[in-house]
Amino acid sequence: MRVALSVACFDDVLFPGTAKAVTVLLERLGHEVAFPPGQTCCGQFHWTAGYHREAAGLARSHSAAFEGCEVVVAPSASCAATVRDDYPKIARTARDPGLARAAEALAVYELTEFLIDVLGVTDVGAYFPHRVTYHPSCRSLRILGVGDRPVRLLRAVRGLDLVELPSAEECCGFGGAFAMKNADVSVAMVADKVRHVRDTGADVVCAVDDSCLAHIGGALSRLRGGVRTMHLAEILAETGPA
Amino acid sequence: MTASSPGTTPSSSGRSGPVPAPRPKFAAAARPELADTRMRRNLRGATAALRGREAAAAAETADWEDLREAGRAIKDDALLDLDSHLEELERAVTEAGGTVHWAADAAEARRVVTGLVRATGAKEVVKAASATTREIGLNDALARAGVTVRETGVAEMAVQLGEDAPSHLLSPAAHRDRAEIAELFRRAVPAAGPGLADDPEALAAAARAHLRDRFLRARVAVTGANFLVAETGTLVLLESEGNARMCLTLPETLISVAGIDKVVPTWDDMEVFLQLLPRSSTGDRMTPYVSSWTGVTPGDGPRALHLVLLDNGRTRALADEVGRAALRCIRCSACLNVCPVYERTGGRPYGPVHPGPIGAVLTPLTRGVESAADASLPYASTLCGACADVCPVKIDIPDMLVHLRGKVVESRRRRPVPTPEMALMRGLAWTMGDPRRHEAAVRRGARWARLLSRGGRIRRLPGLLGKWTEARDLPAPPPESFRGWWDRTRA
Repeated sequence: MRVALSVACFDDVLFPGTAKAVTVLLERLGHEVAFPPGQTCCGQFHWTAGYHREAAGLARSHSAAFEGCEVVVAPSASCAATVRDDYPKIARTARDPGLARAAEALAVYELTEFLIDVLGVTDVGAYFPHRVTYHPSCRSLRILGVGDRPVRLLRAVRGLDLVELPSAEECCGFGGAFAMKNADVSVAMVADKVRHVRDTGADVVCAVDDSCLAHIGGALSRLRGGVRTMHLAEILAETGPA
Repeated sequence: MTASSPGTTPSSSGRSGPVPAPRPKFAAAARPELADTRMRRNLRGATAALRGREAAAAAETADWEDLREAGRAIKDDALLDLDSHLEELERAVTEAGGTVHWAADAAEARRVVTGLVRATGAKEVVKAASATTREIGLNDALARAGVTVRETGVAEMAVQLGEDAPSHLLSPAAHRDRAEIAELFRRAVPAAGPGLADDPEALAAAARAHLRDRFLRARVAVTGANFLVAETGTLVLLESEGNARMCLTLPETLISVAGIDKVVPTWDDMEVFLQLLPRSSTGDRMTPYVSSWTGVTPGDGPRALHLVLLDNGRTRALADEVGRAALRCIRCSACLNVCPVYERTGGRPYGPVHPGPIGAVLTPLTRGVESAADASLPYASTLCGACADVCPVKIDIPDMLVHLRGKVVESRRRRPVPTPEMALMRGLAWTMGDPRRHEAAVRRGARWARLLSRGGRIRRLPGLLGKWTEARDLPAPPPESFRGWWDRTRA
């Protein structure tokens, strides 16, 4: 299958390893990966911050960049949720039926949905001999409803010791502009998240959103927390020594 | 513990005395609360316990999702023809011997209630839990009129005796633990005595002893109401202690204050809400006391019944096509108990109308976003969505928060000089609106970011982004972006 990759704007710059891992993984599974060059940003940050006119502009160019793609895969639950759940609202707010149609035509999947629902794969042949805990990000959990798909994929990874995260479903406190506008509350929230992560004794905390991981990892790093953050795709791409 | 008194609405500016300082933005108001470790432990315990009870109570009802849908539909229908339901309610209340008063805003409601109390000649009123009277700042107004208000709910009594500000919609003293309440009672409740133990039975007994003669002495009572049944003119109130029922039955004059959004068309509708509300608010199958009262009955209960119907921005909220769904709210407080922001700040930074996620939408909807404090409320959320999952009448609070953020930004667009944030956001959108501009900016930005980094981490960022690095690192951008890697290896 020819898969168009949708890469979050900050993943492109800050976490290029995530999209590289998805490329490697999908190619290993025998699929062709395309990276439509016109993509920049899905507009989520502007939409949730209240800059709705600007978000509409970004949503238009983002939809245009993927026009005609059979299937789009986003290794970011929050970007996938923006296209699927917010674009109809952005189109309504901007009174733009063209955008609504373009958004509806996009078949966007979050990575774990794509692997399990479309490709029907749970064991992707990965090997990762580390103790790992999984943080279900809010948008993956409550907007996309990815459920236990990421956990099923992790359980199929050879050598991986999956440990449960206490209060896993509680928000890490990132929330886009919230992390800046309400920095004190945001830090209080991530402090608890980091405490739970460290309580698991895991070496790695993973998620399907680098934005949340940037928050959790940023706090862990400041504390010299001794736990790494990794996107789920990076774990699935690992095959160990050949 | 300090907090602005409730009910400082713009309409109360006619009052004499010094002009109060403007209410702080949420972030500033949250700071001292975050530092109060005891409050945070108490709130964490209280909300976790309620969350568990509520989830269990919802799970044991096989048709919970149908009930939620029914609750949503009834409220939406009621709001759609609100004017005719209110007229029907007024007719029914009047026919049953009660009197209906209309209050456009908090100031008018305070005037009406104060006038009614004055007319009875009473110098003291007993009062039962009511978020609506808190919203209009009634206690302060009655105090200024020389009337002593006696809160009769144990938690309200504790808040009043401690000259504290409430922190929770249903349990105003949720931020206090038993030891703190016992200490307060030992000091301020004569019936308690210095040897009062801090177990729940002893505290309840002390409160009961303290309140008994006040109930027997009271000539005027003030209450709220959870529902107003239009077809019969009946007021319905749910409570767990029985104090509200004492207020409803013992005094000669009963004054009930309720928002116009509390109307439901028929008694049949109560079937749905009497299942939804107790389970969502305390995790109980049924509230210990459900009282309903219709007009006056000679020889039984109060001789005069006054219903004060409060607008105070509710019609303004109703006019907002996205926001109007917030008026479905039945004040169960389930959204507070699951909110990670509320759990850490308590209710006070949300200001005078309502705390928690529902407060973050109801306050700007009813008051507008002109003040910096009200405009900060839609941003007091990470949009995690936990509140929408539990709302028994399916209010999509995150959706409404985003809608209100849009209103805040629109209202700021007209300013002659754009705020730094607006300049940044517009600049970002302009850059990202074109792939070539975007790529050039990304390359430039990554270079600068690498200069700011030490050992692969950025520990301090300039400008607006500095708030991030106050307590969190940012990884330095790797030398090659994904785009760069793609072009090198795949293109």
